[in-house]
Amino acid sequence: MLEGFCTKLQRHHAAITGAVLVITCLIPFCVTSTYVLRICVVAQMNIILVLSLNMMTGLLGQMSFGHAAFFGIGAYTAAILSTKLNMPAQVTFPAAMVVAGLFGILLGLPTLKLKGYYFVIVTMVFCEIMRIVELNWMEVTRGPLGIMTIPKPGFFGLRISTQREFYFLALALVILTVIVIRNIMNSRIGYAILAVRDDEVAAESMGINIFRYKILVFAVASCFAGLAGALYAQYTGYIDPTSFTNNKSNELLVMVIFGGLGNLVGSFIGAITLSVIPELLRGLATYRQLIYGIILVVLMMVKPDGLLGAVNFKYLGQRDKLKPLKDGGKKRGAIWWKKS
Amino acid sequence: MLLQQIINGLTIGSTYALVSIGFTMVFGVLELTNFANSSLYMLGAYFTLMLYNATGHHFFVALLMSIILTGIAGYCLDRFALRRLRRKNAPKLAGLITTLGMSMIFDNGIMLIFGSESKSFPNQIDLGRFYIGNAIVSWTQVIIMVVAFSLMAILSIIVYGTKLGKAMRSTSQNVEAARLMGININSVIAFTFIISGILACISGTMVGMYYQTVDVNMGTMIGMKTFAAAILGGVGVLPGAVIGGLIIGIIETIAAGYISTGYRDAIAFTILIIVLLFKPTGLFGQKQINKV
Repeated sequence: MLEGFCTKLQRHHAAITGAVLVITCLIPFCVTSTYVLRICVVAQMNIILVLSLNMMTGLLGQMSFGHAAFFGIGAYTAAILSTKLNMPAQVTFPAAMVVAGLFGILLGLPTLKLKGYYFVIVTMVFCEIMRIVELNWMEVTRGPLGIMTIPKPGFFGLRISTQREFYFLALALVILTVIVIRNIMNSRIGYAILAVRDDEVAAESMGINIFRYKILVFAVASCFAGLAGALYAQYTGYIDPTSFTNNKSNELLVMVIFGGLGNLVGSFIGAITLSVIPELLRGLATYRQLIYGIILVVLMMVKPDGLLGAVNFKYLGQRDKLKPLKDGGKKRGAIWWKKS
Repeated sequence: MLLQQIINGLTIGSTYALVSIGFTMVFGVLELTNFANSSLYMLGAYFTLMLYNATGHHFFVALLMSIILTGIAGYCLDRFALRRLRRKNAPKLAGLITTLGMSMIFDNGIMLIFGSESKSFPNQIDLGRFYIGNAIVSWTQVIIMVVAFSLMAILSIIVYGTKLGKAMRSTSQNVEAARLMGININSVIAFTFIISGILACISGTMVGMYYQTVDVNMGTMIGMKTFAAAILGGVGVLPGAVIGGLIIGIIETIAAGYISTGYRDAIAFTILIIVLLFKPTGLFGQKQINKV
């Protein structure tokens, strides 16, 4: 059933993407409640984080339990640059990306050669190290007090301050993330990455430099986590180390797995669902982590691959195109936006 | 001063080593990173505290019952979540995520029941202290070390000297072959989980006694430390876990004493990453050959 539905999705994917894009652009004009828009912005930020984490865990197959560390590095970079040096956003956002990416490379160089479970624990430990540094390096991060009154971002004099403007900024960043990740995955590099995930030894014997691709993906994933961090810092205006703990990393991982490992559409579903549900269950805020735990355990029992983990859109699309040939040349409903 | 730090480090390190043995045993048998191990540690300490109050301050009765309860919790973790996954031939990742979920359930369940504030824990065997040179050693520390090392000795007798231990070792080498030899894999795995629960419980209780306080987050931090200890020694190697635990404990106290209290854990973890740079399989881990 799910497969049939996904085949239909794939068949009309261009139309659906367009419709979704139009709807998301219209939301801030239809909704005036700042509370709802705020949830939307947070959900979009989570989408960036989850997409980049999914690239790491789902597409490359390296479990990372420390994604919040890069999120935090990006947030602190942007916060420090904008408060201490009064840098505009066109500097802070790329700077956050670059610094987070550099940390990704720095951590990746020694650890990506390790076997899977070693890497899992090292990323986790790295997240903890970063939290401890953020907590103790008083001169730079102001420790547990956090950095307050971070200015709102301004791009080339264009100030972004209302919820609606932030919504579009976040939307633009989401689109940027999707475009970059999609382009990587549809290129030669992407096939190499998938080959590494499926079988490292086989990939290596085909002449793929495993280590280089791992570093590349890790750096890109960290970059986008840093970008989300910059957005977070300049959007909320206040950051402290409690936002970048292992709990946040686990939360992101839950979103990735909920949507399905290695499925970018799933990442959207996971990030949006698990960002909105806690808001709907505000009264149950204390049970949030407990509910996450239960979701994880039950999901693993029922669908170990997540909601869309077992769905390969590319394959479904190809099979769908070949189907008419098998049915005896009967032509499928004409596709109006494709002239052929 | 240095002697004092080393003694304190050995005390805390031996408790890390205990938890880390449980973790590394589960890993050896199942190749599973058990995130719930640290929750069992916290659970054990809370069970002891709860039963201590419930039984009218009979510490040893409480400890015994707590050991049994935590063992059961470890068993349930395997029986109701992981065994189903094994039967379905689910990917290894699913097991890892399940233990993460279980750990969240345990931690937050305890937090909802007992509240998040730290609770004072009775020290029942406070027998005073004595001096070695300038260093003060309390009898609690001695007891912790003696208990930890005798448990390790008993465990190595079980693993290397009994039939059950042989079954465990063969399961960790090759599950299929072990099954063909007539070993009941499920009961071996269940037994491993029970042992890891028991060790975590004893360790948690002893740490509670040592610091005279327990809180819900005690598991999170020790979880990271036991992973670090197990990795430092080489995952799946029992003596490695012991040495790793002791090293992490000593580094931590020395870092706290000489460098900075705030960066204590960060320094221990950084040393772990540096060690992995030079020995990617940990100190005692064997190099594994990838088979096609």
